[in-house]
Amino acid sequence: MSASSAFNDEKGGSSSVGEPEYGHDPASGGIFSSDYKRHDDLKEMLDSNKDSLKLEAMKRIVAMIARGKNASDLFPAVVKNVACKNIEVKKLVYVYLVRYAEEQQDLALLSISTFQRGLKDPNQLIRASALRVLSSIRVTIIVPIMMLAIKEAASDMSPYVRKTAAHAIPKLYSLDPEQKDQLIEVIEKLLADKTTLVAGSVVMAFEEVCPERIDLIHKNYRKLCNLLIDVEEWGQVVIINMLTRYARTQFLNPNINESLLEEGGSGDKTFYGSDEDEDEDEEEKEKKAEVAAMAKRKPYVMDPDHRLLLRNTKPLLQSRNAAVVMAVAQLYFHLAPKAEVGVIAKALVRLLRSHSEVQYVVLQNVATMSIKRRGMFEPYLKSFYIRSTDPTQIKVLKLEVLTNLANETNISTILREFQTYIKSMDKDFVAATIQAIGRCATNISEVRDTCLNGLVQLLSNRDELVVAESVVVIKKLLQMQPEKHSDIIKHMAKLTDNIQVPMARASILWLIGEYCEHVPKIAPDVLRKMAKSFTNEEDIVKLQIINLAAKLYLTNSKQTKLLTQYVLNLAKYDQNYDIRDRARFIRQLIVPTEKSGALSKYAKKLFLALKPAPVLESPFKDRDHFQLGSLSHLLNAKAGGYQELPDWPEAAPDPSVRNVEVPEWTKCSSREKRKEKKVEKPFYTDSEGESGPTESADSESDSATGSESSSGSEESGSGSESEESKEASESEEEEEEEEEEEKKKKKKDLKKPVQERVFLQTIAPSSTLKSYELLHRITGEGLSVEYCFSRQPFSPDANMVAVQMQFTNNASSDTKNLHIEDVKLQSGMRVKEFPEIELLPAGETATAVMGIDFCDSTQAANFQLCTHTRKFFVSIQPPVGELMRPVFLTENEFKKEQGQLMGMNEITEKLTLDVKCRNEHTIVQRVTTAANLSRVPCGSDKEFAGRTVTSGSLVLVTVATKEEGAAQLTVNCEKMVIGTMLVKDILQALTQ
Amino acid sequence: MIHSLFLINHLGDIFLEKHWKSVISRSVCDYFFEAREKAVDPENVPPVLQTPHHYLISIYRGKLFFLSVIQTEVPPLFVIEFLHRVADTFQDYFGECSESVITDNLVIVYELLEEMLDNGFPLATESNVLKEMIRPPNILRSVVNTLTGGSNVGETLPQGQLSNIPWRRAGVKYANNEAYFDVTEEIDAIVDKSGTTVSAEIQGVIEACVKLSGMPDLTMSFMNPRLLDDVSFHPCVRFRRWESERVLSFIPPDGNFTLMTYHISSQNLVAIPVYVKQSINFFEAGSCGRLDITIGPKQTMGKTVEDLKVTIHMPKAVLNANLTATQGNYTYDCTTKMLVWDIGKLNPQKLPNLRGSLSMQTGVPNPEENPSLNIDLKIQQLAISGLKVSRLDMYGEKYKPFKGVKYVTKAGKFQVRT
Repeated sequence: MSASSAFNDEKGGSSSVGEPEYGHDPASGGIFSSDYKRHDDLKEMLDSNKDSLKLEAMKRIVAMIARGKNASDLFPAVVKNVACKNIEVKKLVYVYLVRYAEEQQDLALLSISTFQRGLKDPNQLIRASALRVLSSIRVTIIVPIMMLAIKEAASDMSPYVRKTAAHAIPKLYSLDPEQKDQLIEVIEKLLADKTTLVAGSVVMAFEEVCPERIDLIHKNYRKLCNLLIDVEEWGQVVIINMLTRYARTQFLNPNINESLLEEGGSGDKTFYGSDEDEDEDEEEKEKKAEVAAMAKRKPYVMDPDHRLLLRNTKPLLQSRNAAVVMAVAQLYFHLAPKAEVGVIAKALVRLLRSHSEVQYVVLQNVATMSIKRRGMFEPYLKSFYIRSTDPTQIKVLKLEVLTNLANETNISTILREFQTYIKSMDKDFVAATIQAIGRCATNISEVRDTCLNGLVQLLSNRDELVVAESVVVIKKLLQMQPEKHSDIIKHMAKLTDNIQVPMARASILWLIGEYCEHVPKIAPDVLRKMAKSFTNEEDIVKLQIINLAAKLYLTNSKQTKLLTQYVLNLAKYDQNYDIRDRARFIRQLIVPTEKSGALSKYAKKLFLALKPAPVLESPFKDRDHFQLGSLSHLLNAKAGGYQELPDWPEAAPDPSVRNVEVPEWTKCSSREKRKEKKVEKPFYTDSEGESGPTESADSESDSATGSESSSGSEESGSGSESEESKEASESEEEEEEEEEEEKKKKKKDLKKPVQERVFLQTIAPSSTLKSYELLHRITGEGLSVEYCFSRQPFSPDANMVAVQMQFTNNASSDTKNLHIEDVKLQSGMRVKEFPEIELLPAGETATAVMGIDFCDSTQAANFQLCTHTRKFFVSIQPPVGELMRPVFLTENEFKKEQGQLMGMNEITEKLTLDVKCRNEHTIVQRVTTAANLSRVPCGSDKEFAGRTVTSGSLVLVTVATKEEGAAQLTVNCEKMVIGTMLVKDILQALTQ
Repeated sequence: MIHSLFLINHLGDIFLEKHWKSVISRSVCDYFFEAREKAVDPENVPPVLQTPHHYLISIYRGKLFFLSVIQTEVPPLFVIEFLHRVADTFQDYFGECSESVITDNLVIVYELLEEMLDNGFPLATESNVLKEMIRPPNILRSVVNTLTGGSNVGETLPQGQLSNIPWRRAGVKYANNEAYFDVTEEIDAIVDKSGTTVSAEIQGVIEACVKLSGMPDLTMSFMNPRLLDDVSFHPCVRFRRWESERVLSFIPPDGNFTLMTYHISSQNLVAIPVYVKQSINFFEAGSCGRLDITIGPKQTMGKTVEDLKVTIHMPKAVLNANLTATQGNYTYDCTTKMLVWDIGKLNPQKLPNLRGSLSMQTGVPNPEENPSLNIDLKIQQLAISGLKVSRLDMYGEKYKPFKGVKYVTKAGKFQVRT
């Protein structure tokens, strides 16, 4: 044992660090007086039969690990207990094992069989935990075992175990990168998983193992988008980040048409156009023109999948998790059309109330965003105002954002804020504020003079740091228009007596040298003073003194010749070689000798060349080439494992790769969402952009323009798919999943009313037709018949109501000669049979239309439905609402007709509208569903008109709504019976 | 993702370490200590640090640093948010998040950390799920455990993690079914010297304490939901329902949780409950200063302002304060330079006033800046934004729960510039 402990002391860095601390830890120091005894004590406890002793020992050991002390010599004693029955002991043993297995590989192998047994356990949670520990043991020998276990777990029926398998993938990958190919197979399989539990974890594995295999995502893209909202929050972050990258490779830049043009425009405004930039500008303009031309040629249409991603991530801006909000914000920033990016501002501003670390990160990102899209944060300007209690790093970042947001309109408020900040006690912050003022002044020419005056006032500040910072900033500002400000330069020249901060002194000297022509009298005097103090100056100041001397020598050699010589001589013997070097160089250049080269002729031009004014830029400029929200963005340096955000492709890759062959039942589950999507789409795309629901997947694989993909193709599933198929498929699922599915369904059901309503609003009324059952498939021995009132005019006889029947043959054999016989009717009623259906093969569906004249009564039409073998008695009874057809009336006509149908013919009923049925649209919807009427256009109330089919009597319905859902329903109809029944039906439709 | 976690106290001692992948020597923390030295104030330590081989992301909570070690690219907010979640969990389990409590419960803390991350990726962060796996300590249980050798690890493994509602555990039973909601609003404001409001926002939060049996499905509706245009929800809230009907519909977690937070931005008009008249002057001659502060009610909606408190961070040169308060009492801490005036209830008839002189260090030039005033206050039974819960309905269960809503308005970051 002593040998092993010696070994560990050598190896474990943690032990040597931990040991000395151990001495003054009062809790454990008293109990374990010596190393050997302590471990003997613990070993005894671990070997005992009592679980409580084992537990006590394990707790102590874990506490040791937590404190960072070495407990590796207990390995054999601990590992024995891996199969302990007590669940807590077991857990603690796992903790120990994971921590030390790497150091004691051979002994760790003893425990493997326990986990292998655990992997076969009927309890899913035990399987999962066995896999979790097994994969956490970093022992290379067991790689094949791990690989096998992961593969098995990936097809486990429990989603929880599959999730654990996904977690295990990166562990194995980091242990043995050779396994990559096999692991990718597993990832591919798990990516196809449909449960939300697995989605986040497997995308995480994907990001760690094979982020470059973007092709694996295609088939799962839509599923991931749709599942996103239900995935746990950490998974959401990972998925959103991955999808951002994916979208950048697969879709076109939504801003291609405007953004380049506009950004170029704004760039011109902010940049100081110096000579060199002009060529670039030219180039840029050409480029812009090209882009504009291109844009004209090809109108941009967003890929529906792109839209799907944007829509499904948007609600997550409301997440409580700051990381999720940030992930969505960066997704919108990188992917959304310019007009839509604005939505993220509000959410980001909300995060500013969070912990200061969160603020720090969010502000960094806001700073980057605000450079590119200033307008987005402008309304929230006040939220970035600084409080004296903010930590300095937050203050500086807020300042950065405020500076970025400054423009002509808000600059006066911002400057007023800055004025308060300058008085702050926090000097670093004051310095940053002065810099910020300088930046505002360069960017907004209107306030340049005001800023300059303010800064000059600061020169008399008592705090030297403030003065120094002001000098530096003023220097930069003056460079822009020196001729106007010679008095400021004079003022600054005086400051050289007081200011000691080297940077500030250097700045002043440079300024005087550069503009010595504006201050011809003062400049030589300054040089004189400087020559006196030369030896005591800092290096940067010395360099500037030499510069000043040189410049003065060139412009005013009469007065300064001797001074310059003196300064150069001093510099010649300076300690710093840089200064000696500079002095020698300058002497050669400016003092004419016989040997002086060709250059000295140009000395004046060299020294007094017009220098371009410095551009005061935000340090956050161009940081957006890193994906926002990433570590790399924050550090402004590429972090290990960072995946570059690709540029938009020139032409979109084939969008059909994302099409999936879906089995029927999955289609059902995602149908709701799809429908919703379909509903909203026209909002964005032009109407021609909509891909019809019947379009097939193949028809657009040629779309190299990439304008549209065929998300619609899945929607072609006939709208009548019933719940049945869903339930049937569910029963096939594993038991464990069933429970979950049910809960999901429950959840979905609760959400349903909302979605359904959205759906109804926009689909043509024909789809809301209610179908009735004529013959159940059990009584019909496999033949099932449904009918509905199609509300189409029945062309053979205008007095008949069209009844559309749908025959489905569920039997295994064919049905032949479907026809009607033995029609029993009340007097006056007539039936026009449908043509005989000769053959209905097994599994097929056929439709037929028959006409019935109900004589304006709701009496049933009874008849026999015959096949080649059987006869079924059936009857069709119409709801009163189907006995009419809509007529078009103007409001005046309606009023006139109504006036003639008063008294006995008018029935009025008061009602309270259903909560969900208070808006006009829903009321209209419900009334037209209950009765085949048409709305009177432009009516002040909701008015509907129709005529009965047989007699053509007018039916007029009015719904007058009042406050709080109260309403009055009026029906005017010549046929009182119809009127009464109609009132009842509509009443029911509106109140339930 | 997250490689290791170190907990560091304010003295710079590492008192807990946990590694989710292979072990990283604690010497990596030296880079952090260096930055900590440089920053002077613990709040000013950069949350993200770069070292030659690792990245350090840290948060500062309850005088402790939670320092995580990262090796590869990961969204920094992801880590920060997770670390705060860890701190919240400790708070939830032990009532506070301090060094002594963590060292007392070292094993539970370690077990929690083990469950919360797997290979550095969050596994179970919902407090309801964790509590099923690892029971929080209480006195009774620890006594029973020592006698019977029982454990604080749940026998049954949690089902919540497997369901679609991971935030709620199954089989909850209460004798008294109750649901209480606290609507708390905090006013963040900056008022300038002349008394005009520079910016004012409201941060609202609805905290819930729900003790209901079974699987209740709650719906909360508001009198004026239009106020809420910037909200964030607990994952249990059905977002679509909110979008279409402006009601909160949710299956609540068991126990305490934050249902939603909302933000009413400075674009709206925010009522400021009190006004402050102040003058703070420092005189060059005699090295003294004068201070005079009066507080009065402004827009209180007829409610009383309570727990009124003014905190001023004085410039370094102020040695002592010799003041008289007409109401409440004041303290001045010479080392931190904090002047605290605890007023209590605001009486509109007799406005509280604090005046007197400040003694200054001689020979030091006058501070040119004036310190700003931080105001604390509380108004019971009022949400200053005007938000009101109109009803709370329960579906899915048969019993009748007790329901209650409480409103409180507080001052958040309420600052008066002088």
